[in-house]
Amino acid sequence: MKEIRLHGRGGMGTVKAAEIIVTAKVLEGGYGNSIPFFGFERQGAPVSSFVRLDERPIRPKTQVYTPDCVIVLDGTLRKAVDVFEGLKDGGWLILNSEPGSRVEDLDLPRSVGTVVLVDATGLALRRLGKPITNTAMLGAFVKGTGWVELSDVASKVEEFWGRENADLLGEAFEAAQVIRLR
Amino acid sequence: MSTVAVMNGNYAAATAARLARPEVIAAYPITPQTPVVEYLTLFAAEGSLSSRMTEVESEHSAMSILSGASLAGARCYTATSSQGLALMYEPYFRASTLRLPIVMNIVNREMISPQSVWGGPQDSLTLRDAGWIQIYVEDNQEILDQTIQAFRIAEDPRVLLPINVCYDGFYLSHMTERVEVPEQAEIDAFLPPYEAKHQILDPRKPMAIDPLTSGYLVMEYRKKHMDSMAAALGVVEETDKAYAALTGRSWGGALDLYRMEDAEYAVVTLGSVTGACREMVDEKRAAGVRIGLVKVRCLRPFPKAAVAAALARVKGFGVIDRNVSFGWNTGIVYQEVRSALYESGRTLPSVPFVGGLGGEDITLGLVSKAFDEIVAAVDAGRTPQSAVWLWAPRKGVKA
Repeated sequence: MKEIRLHGRGGMGTVKAAEIIVTAKVLEGGYGNSIPFFGFERQGAPVSSFVRLDERPIRPKTQVYTPDCVIVLDGTLRKAVDVFEGLKDGGWLILNSEPGSRVEDLDLPRSVGTVVLVDATGLALRRLGKPITNTAMLGAFVKGTGWVELSDVASKVEEFWGRENADLLGEAFEAAQVIRLR
Repeated sequence: MSTVAVMNGNYAAATAARLARPEVIAAYPITPQTPVVEYLTLFAAEGSLSSRMTEVESEHSAMSILSGASLAGARCYTATSSQGLALMYEPYFRASTLRLPIVMNIVNREMISPQSVWGGPQDSLTLRDAGWIQIYVEDNQEILDQTIQAFRIAEDPRVLLPINVCYDGFYLSHMTERVEVPEQAEIDAFLPPYEAKHQILDPRKPMAIDPLTSGYLVMEYRKKHMDSMAAALGVVEETDKAYAALTGRSWGGALDLYRMEDAEYAVVTLGSVTGACREMVDEKRAAGVRIGLVKVRCLRPFPKAAVAAALARVKGFGVIDRNVSFGWNTGIVYQEVRSALYESGRTLPSVPFVGGLGGEDITLGLVSKAFDEIVAAVDAGRTPQSAVWLWAPRKGVKA
């Protein structure tokens, strides 16, 4: 079983991104579930969503405490939330980061095994005119982990948000930089 | 043939309601039930829902409108949570004592105060003695399957009672997973249209309903209501079998047992915590502990004979309650299970757990701790006199 924790802010589509990962997995014949944790619902407030993926039905309906992967939709969340809490040793970090970010400047904990960097805010602003980063982050996630197929994610992204977002997904997949730290 | 879909618990409930073709729906939005109302409104706008959707200003009005509609012979559906259910209490009780087969999902949410919007079945469990059938489920497939079955159970002439299918707020209502959705034609065959025969508001056949009634007749009403509750247990089982024949999915009827065949210890669960407990049963079994699980699905009517039979051979048990019974200093389900055992004449060591209030997570770690505590207490022949609290230590809070 793979466990994923997404960190975003209210209004960024964090919960929907988690649902798309689950939907892609089910389309591929597998199982998945996602549970959002809203805290106090308002735009801009930290939001988390917990995803599990497996080849067999998933019984626990609980939050994820030891993720294999964390997806951070807004880099500034690192100041408010410990996004690395419980990350499994050698786990994945998918980070929305400014263009030109260097991994050695990111102050990452030792648990991170693979980092995927993408300027999701910039890509979203250029294509959608608004800083909604979930689609671009999905592209980076798929490139870094390969846990679901890009085509399945793309078909769901297009169904929910249309062609522009599907193009953004592909663009982010291309642009994402996968850095293996060990 | 069914369709494989991915949906949250609220969508599963709305989808089940649509498949059941209720004639009248009246609902007022409240977190975490709100999306149920949004989805149904969306279905109506798309033209895929034939029900009459009534806009109401409160839950009290929602249940009152459905009571009138049900008296006029309509199949009726609604959903609510916590404070909405509390506001609905007056027509809630009347719907059951008037024997109106209304189906209502309760998206379980903690009762305030302090203010909380998160999960916990305190809302519906507190109303367990208001005459409704109450069934609790553990995942989204079960929400869909049981909500469909609820119409058939409620409308059965041997039952004629309203029914709640209850599911945990957020952990199920907002949790997304794979759900198989039956075809409309299959459900149409499973659920023939409702025909009210016991009482009908029809100007062509005038009938006085609910006049001032003397105590002697009230007693007759209550006795018949109780008899139909007893009959409902059998109908719940029958309906589960009929649905399994249609879809291949049986949920066990009033109770669901997991690895109880040779169990020395048992954990009793209700609702969404069951999945984590199943996982932990497997883990403890792998470590040599013979523990099994009894999931209470039907809380009203309470399957007391089945509970006693399920626990007939264990040395002791624990109950994980996501609710409290003030004054007993335990959870509610614990008291129900103990009463059922008293009738069977068995006294067993047992552990009353309380955890997961206000949406707190009952993690696998906490479940593991609870199982270890069950084994320790049972082996020592000990029954704690008040709840063992399942919670993770937190800074500044005294456990």
